[in-house]
Amino acid sequence: MSTTELTGRLARPARWRLPRRQVPVLVSLALLLVMYAIGVSQYRAFSNIQVIFNVFIDSGFLLVVAVGMTFVILTGGIDLSVGSVVAMTAMVSAALLREGMPSALVLLIALLIGPTLGFLMGCVIHFFEIQPFIVTLAGMFFARGLCTWISSVSIPITDGFWTGAAQERIRIGENFVTVSVLVTIAVVAVAAYTLAYTRLGRNVYAIGGNPQSALLMGLPVGRTRIAVYTISGLCSAIGGILLSFYTLSGAPLIAVGMELDAIAAVVIGGTLLTGGAGYVLGTVLGVLVLGVIQTLITFDGTLNSWWTKIVIGGLLFAFIVLQRLLGFRKK
Amino acid sequence: MSDRPPVLTMTAISKFFPGVRALDGVDFRLFPGEVHALMGENGAGKSTLIKVLTGVYGADAGTITLDGAPVSFSGPMQATAAGVSTVYQEVNLCPNLSVAENIFIGRQPGRLGSVRWREMRRRASALLARLDLDIDVGELLGNYSLAVQQMVAIARAVDVQARVLILDEPTSSLDSDEVAQLMRIMRQLRDEGIAILFVTHFLDQVYGIADRITVLRNGRLVGEYPTAELPQFALVEKMIGKELDTLERLDERAGRDRAAVEAAAPVVEATDLGRSGSVAPFSLTIHRGEVVGLAGLLGSGRTEVARLFFGADRADQGRLAVDGRPASIRGPIAAIERNIAFCSENRRTEGLVGELSVRENIILALQAARGWLRPVPRRRQDELVRRYIEALSIRPADPDMPVRNLSGGNQQKVVLARWLITEPRLLILDEPTRGIDIGAKTEIQRLVVQLSDDGMAVLFISAELEEVLRLSHKVAVMRDRHLVTELANDESLDAERVMRVIASGAEQKERDEA
Repeated sequence: MSTTELTGRLARPARWRLPRRQVPVLVSLALLLVMYAIGVSQYRAFSNIQVIFNVFIDSGFLLVVAVGMTFVILTGGIDLSVGSVVAMTAMVSAALLREGMPSALVLLIALLIGPTLGFLMGCVIHFFEIQPFIVTLAGMFFARGLCTWISSVSIPITDGFWTGAAQERIRIGENFVTVSVLVTIAVVAVAAYTLAYTRLGRNVYAIGGNPQSALLMGLPVGRTRIAVYTISGLCSAIGGILLSFYTLSGAPLIAVGMELDAIAAVVIGGTLLTGGAGYVLGTVLGVLVLGVIQTLITFDGTLNSWWTKIVIGGLLFAFIVLQRLLGFRKK
Repeated sequence: MSDRPPVLTMTAISKFFPGVRALDGVDFRLFPGEVHALMGENGAGKSTLIKVLTGVYGADAGTITLDGAPVSFSGPMQATAAGVSTVYQEVNLCPNLSVAENIFIGRQPGRLGSVRWREMRRRASALLARLDLDIDVGELLGNYSLAVQQMVAIARAVDVQARVLILDEPTSSLDSDEVAQLMRIMRQLRDEGIAILFVTHFLDQVYGIADRITVLRNGRLVGEYPTAELPQFALVEKMIGKELDTLERLDERAGRDRAAVEAAAPVVEATDLGRSGSVAPFSLTIHRGEVVGLAGLLGSGRTEVARLFFGADRADQGRLAVDGRPASIRGPIAAIERNIAFCSENRRTEGLVGELSVRENIILALQAARGWLRPVPRRRQDELVRRYIEALSIRPADPDMPVRNLSGGNQQKVVLARWLITEPRLLILDEPTRGIDIGAKTEIQRLVVQLSDDGMAVLFISAELEEVLRLSHKVAVMRDRHLVTELANDESLDAERVMRVIASGAEQKERDEA
């Protein structure tokens, strides 16, 4: 056998080649388009572009949180604390504003709490080698407890900067978006760039693929792992601020279960729960799918809003099975 | 070669572990542009020497110089940075990343913290072209065969301006074409002036590529020899440190007592036994005290036959009789109840529990056979375990040592001990000697002979024809999932004839396809 012949034989990827990496994301995109098409065919008002903008307006904070979750899940981890951190951020902001603290300072403090907690959780996960599930569960209880400790009832926000941000309408032709939408788009852009074009981002994928190999290849595994929980904390903090713009209050029991919505969005967006494969764009699609389901059910008017949860549950099953099928082909 | 100064010199290296002298004053040198094989049995100190070199362990005594300057690495990262790269047996890369990224991750070409993908792919293509490997560097690594992954690992290693490349058993899981490809790359790197330290168990690979050989035994240096001046048997002798008479004595026994064995009562009889999509129907009888060798290429259905006998797969046609009575073996538990034992080829994943001790691993099958409600008394455990550790010379002879700390050969012996303790009547051995050193191999072969002399029936599967011929009373040849023929192992049977039978089928198939 000649050398070239041999190289040819060896070099050919095995016959059961993985579907292109983008397949899960394309499935999410197709799903979104199908849902949108159903909406447009059923309800005339659905074709108004403002419907899409409203999805962004109503679930911008969820998208920001889900982007942070994407980093964590890509390393093969999980962050259950995000919902509580969102609530805590809104709560701290509302309480400090009520005390009359300048809004810029409040913003700074609120944006520091989340990443600090994330950093600490990351350190515990890395240095003590404890399951992320347990550590972030503890973080979830801790942050939720702090919310109730600050106040057991909702605190309204009357600060000028907050109300301004909440009411500002940025016109795009006949339609409008809010400040939150711009912030969300910025977060998505920065996150997508970080994952695709920085060493930190690539290390996230490597760790999700095989942490042992990543270590032997000389990658800073510990630093990266701590970084993703810090990033998730930062995203939760930003999400918390956006939520407080949206509700103009801080409430101790707001965003309960948001971590689960975020995980659902990430998975429906095609990111592997075992880590190593997925895109921020997928997460955007995942959040949009959830938002469009919600909108469809609102438009229908007769359906109970719990139908949202039922549909999300069904989709999650479908996507996890899809992941498993793709994973099996890998072997 | 020797007119140039060595790139790497290790002098009087010693390393002690509690109670063990892992390395004792070992010298080693490596010249640029040579392939240097480091040989020795399991536990001879090869791995320890490599770990001392790459900084995983600190040496207790001795010096290392690289290009004449003394060095002491704090770990593999630092060693890599200094030009000493290691490629391990298991490919340590990320299958979910592209080939290019696997080569460059951690040191991607970039500007202002931004990875330049196009530049990276271009450089990866150029590097692989240098290794004469023409693959799509944008493709995921996991989509390529293990051999290509191994070569990508080498590409990653040599890209960091490596002057010393350590290949630690890179060929264990490759087939022969892939090995040839790897060898070609090794030769090329050697010709470019890289010094290659090559560790392998395969003697023919050593003689195919190595310029010099250093032999270690029990942590001591036996010697350094030019390959051309060290015949194979001399190398083996130096590695195991004793005459090869045991192997030769085994050789004499081929064909012995065949008539007696065939007169004995059959233990298992398969009649047209088969499983669609796995093995075509076959008939095979194994008598008391008989060793039946199963020969054939990888993937010819050898393991599948074994799995049918053990009930790991269920036959969907044909009959199986155990001790003359029809038996339907529904699963491994039913097989164990009928005293059939199966040592699988993947001892790490299917055979052993690494965290448990040698004693616990050995007792496992016996305990399973008795049921969990009747624990084996500790005194009986100790006695049995001691007996088998001694009989199989498992080293270290410490029943409380976790199994994962043992070398491959000794792990294999633990698996064997576990099944032997249940006193099976049919013992199925699937590649029992693969990847273990020659000494342990000889011991396992001797044990098979002894067991069959004591009346145990053995189904012996191995890719090494010499081994099959040495041990078996008859050889069943598998080809394309058919059992094509049974050959009586008499004087007229040699490896060449078996190979012709295996190969003639392949020719026939090609004709059929044409």
